Amino acid sequence: MGVVITRRGHSGAHRFAKPYTSRACRPTGMGLKGRDLVSIKDLSKQEIESIISAARRHIPVAEGKRTSTLLDGKLLALAFFEPSTRTRLSFETAMLRLGGRTITIADPAVSSVAKGETLSDTVRMLSGYADAIVVRHPNEGASRLASQVSEKPVINAGDGAGQHPTQTLLDLATMEEHFHTLSGLKVVLMGDLRYGRTVHSLAYALALFGAHLVLTSPPALRIPEHIRSDLAEIGADIREEADLRRAVQDADVLYVTRIQKERFGDLAEYARVSSGYRLDPSILEEVKPSFIVMHPLPRVAEIPSEVDSSSHAAYFRQAFLAVPVRMALLSLILSGQPGPGGG
Amino acid sequence: MRELKITPIKNGTVIDHITSGFALEVLRIIGANNLDKESTVSVALHVRSRRMGWKDIVKVENMELSPQKVNAIALLSPTATISMIQDFKVIEKRPVTLPDHFTGVLKCPNPNCISNQGEPIEPEFDVVHRRPLALRCRYCDRYVDDFLPHLKTR
Repeated sequence: MGVVITRRGHSGAHRFAKPYTSRACRPTGMGLKGRDLVSIKDLSKQEIESIISAARRHIPVAEGKRTSTLLDGKLLALAFFEPSTRTRLSFETAMLRLGGRTITIADPAVSSVAKGETLSDTVRMLSGYADAIVVRHPNEGASRLASQVSEKPVINAGDGAGQHPTQTLLDLATMEEHFHTLSGLKVVLMGDLRYGRTVHSLAYALALFGAHLVLTSPPALRIPEHIRSDLAEIGADIREEADLRRAVQDADVLYVTRIQKERFGDLAEYARVSSGYRLDPSILEEVKPSFIVMHPLPRVAEIPSEVDSSSHAAYFRQAFLAVPVRMALLSLILSGQPGPGGG
Repeated sequence: MRELKITPIKNGTVIDHITSGFALEVLRIIGANNLDKESTVSVALHVRSRRMGWKDIVKVENMELSPQKVNAIALLSPTATISMIQDFKVIEKRPVTLPDHFTGVLKCPNPNCISNQGEPIEPEFDVVHRRPLALRCRYCDRYVDDFLPHLKTR
């Protein structure tokens, strides 16, 4: 097919002056088919619930116990402009498990990007090839730009220190699977709350579900004021606690993030901030039996390996759930179907 | 009779009630350096004003302001008024109004924002608070409440 016609009726012709109201901003309740996912704010609470619920249906396929051809004939472009292992592999796994295929920019150093091509042009080109585009980029707002120029749905897989909505969805799915609810959970967010994009999206979504947030971070890595202000706007119950031992008392979840070396211009500053930043396993002796420790991985030294065998360690389950959650999202966006078992 | 500090103009634009001290920034916004010789520019700094105490005034002959420039003036000086003059008469006078949305007026203060990376796009901002005024970048979500350093005219 030479010219791509989208649901919105646009031809493949130039439409750079597309208004800001992208597919992501369509009124909710219209289903996710053909929509962008740039920020977790693009989804209503009900849509988040529907993705988490659809993810459950995909677990047997994600585990290889069943097969699916739901996305047979569909092509997903993976446009990764910065290094990523698990996000890229989990999207690729999700697409392949559903019978679809992928094309990949895995190393921008050897692609047209290295020749100075703009993101806008790269995305416009990809949108002519594939049925949806997953974008990971070092600059904040890159996915928003991609969604403006793309004829096809754009899924943000992390943009700089900005949003990472699919990580949030799998984080929520992990908590929901363990506690069967998100409402009223007490969640401690620990670590790099300044640059950690996973935490910003997660804090917003948890607040939406009425969770209580406790923030604990080194002073240099406190949550940015504009994120706090966003959280306050939706009535988040949020407090800061410097002492981790006190923070986890009565808590349900400890969400640990890596202090990201790549976000520091000054390596001495990184070494200063990250040294001593480590979960002391003895803290787990005083927590509730149902308490879980989560981490978006990869970890460096924040969680010692002796925690891995503890019943509180949920981060490997969390990493696995990346696949069924991304399967659910791709199914809903590309086919409008929640997944195996009807819908 | 009051002494006129700057003389009337025949045709052009008068920007009055500029926050005292901001006239030179307004000149930058209107691109006074690049105007041709037909456009005489008069500037009055620190003029007594009943309403404001002190104000600045800028008069430019044979020039109309684009909506984008009016928006930039509104960001710096929400009290400003703009009068269109024809044959020494004021044919239209209106206060600047803050739109809900700004395009191409400010640069995003976040150096890592995609709008600062040479992409073929104009920076875009939404007004999130009016008093005090705060904007948010449509690309990276960064808040901006200090506009002067980020004006594209600088």
